[in-house]
Amino acid sequence: MQIQYAMLLQAATDLPARISAVEAAAKSAQSAGDNAWMLVSAALVLMMTGPGLALFYGGLVRRKNVLGTMMHSFIMMALITLIWALFGYSLVFSEGNPFIGGLKFLFLNGVGKEPNADYAGTIPQLTFMVYQLMFAVITPALISGAFAERIKFSAMMLFTTLWICVVYFPMAHMVWGKGGLLNAYSGGSIPTFDFAGGTVVHITSGVSALVFALYLGKRSGYPSEPMKPHSMVLSVVGACLLWVGWFGFNAGSALAASGLATSAFVATHFAAAAAALGWLIAEWMHNGKPSMLGGISGAVAGLVAITPASGFVTPMPALLIGLLAGLFCFWMVAMVKQKFGYDDSLDAFGVHGAGGTLGALLTGVFATSVVNDTAINGKVIALGAVDGNPAQIGNQAIGVAVAAGLAIVGTFLILKICDAVIGLRVTPEDERTGLDISQHGEEGYSLEA
Amino acid sequence: MKKIEAIIQPFKLEEVKEALKNAGIDGMTISEVRGHGRQKGHKEVYRGQEYNVDLLPKVKFELVVADVRLQEVLETIASAARTGKIGDGKIFVYDVAEAIRIRNGDRGEAAV
Repeated sequence: MQIQYAMLLQAATDLPARISAVEAAAKSAQSAGDNAWMLVSAALVLMMTGPGLALFYGGLVRRKNVLGTMMHSFIMMALITLIWALFGYSLVFSEGNPFIGGLKFLFLNGVGKEPNADYAGTIPQLTFMVYQLMFAVITPALISGAFAERIKFSAMMLFTTLWICVVYFPMAHMVWGKGGLLNAYSGGSIPTFDFAGGTVVHITSGVSALVFALYLGKRSGYPSEPMKPHSMVLSVVGACLLWVGWFGFNAGSALAASGLATSAFVATHFAAAAAALGWLIAEWMHNGKPSMLGGISGAVAGLVAITPASGFVTPMPALLIGLLAGLFCFWMVAMVKQKFGYDDSLDAFGVHGAGGTLGALLTGVFATSVVNDTAINGKVIALGAVDGNPAQIGNQAIGVAVAAGLAIVGTFLILKICDAVIGLRVTPEDERTGLDISQHGEEGYSLEA
Repeated sequence: MKKIEAIIQPFKLEEVKEALKNAGIDGMTISEVRGHGRQKGHKEVYRGQEYNVDLLPKVKFELVVADVRLQEVLETIASAARTGKIGDGKIFVYDVAEAIRIRNGDRGEAAV
């Protein structure tokens, strides 16, 4: 009897210690789950650039430019990583002013296993850092669709280095960085919703692509000479890898293995499916045949459009956003581009610029607190027009305008600099030979081997 | 000796090969080629950009036969390759000055 009493007393005195042990175990379990998903997501987003985009774009060019085009994607995995590690992460995610971050995380100083509660409180800040890096990697790679088959490799390297600093870092800070101008969740004065990078990634890259294509001029022989995709097979494989990788891009943007991640995953998949059908239907009616290229272009357009909306919309609006993106981007690429005659060779603007803009605006319509109940200043608020906040569409439009404006001015200035310092375009002879041999001294397909 | 050059539809490759084998012809060279005669090409559309593809894939047979067998082999190829539609292809016949089997130096009809 006396012994039992002693044990009870012992247990009672241990209680706080036990509770805190349970709490620590629960926290560590959540951290393990979230970290596992975020590391997988980071890898998925890298897979979108290489091999995804490299194959998608590589297949669409002529065979003499296949390696040069793949290089435009691949090199970003190296170049941007370096810049991001040295100062890029700091300029986006450390506290600064509304337009650009500070230097607190220079050389990743203080970025380690401890979470950064400003962004993701359950995963190591290093995980957050490397996940965000993968977004910075793919964004300039997307632009390469506009200058394919005629750019000097050296000029492309200089352009990208400047562009990531002048356009991407400020835009990413404004939308996602603490205190950023457009950041809806941490004190932005013009709150816009961009879950996974509709403005930051797709509008900046798409609009810059258009400026680049106009500045650089057409490929020699365009459009009178045939410039058919040399391997639709590569492009199909690449586009399908993009589709899969996009789950990391959008669902990963929940920054946790949460219900919100699932919601974004479903919205992403639904939009891609509806957009593939939308593009195919438009093409079938317009040209008489539904093409494989139409199917994959539509899917990518849908993935682009759902990117800003993915963490804010329910499944049915996701289907609608996808369908509209498929139809709209087909119209942009197959009709508007033909009418104006600019040579956005692989349709970086027609898909990413146009799809990104449509998606950003529709996010203002369909964003709902049913999906994303993150409170602002401790209060769950109405998000989009469906929640009774139609004014959000205006904010979204401002976000689009800021991204497009920054992209136009930044890209134009950087092109002027690159043109003066290096010269943008390869010689007509090198263009005829192809970038593989003229820029890299190798061939994608060798008959003698 | 005559050299026969037959340009046919790619999907007739197996049928022609089989017919030649049944006719006792064991030697031939085949290549994938592109070309067109009176047959018009087709239209391809990539994201709204139209291309007229008029050089169509064909298969070219090359074989050399003894003079006495010429008519029979020509008939074999033509009937196996014929669909009756435009695009079936053409057969050309050339005189051959000499033939040499590299392995043992056989010459003339003994080498084909």
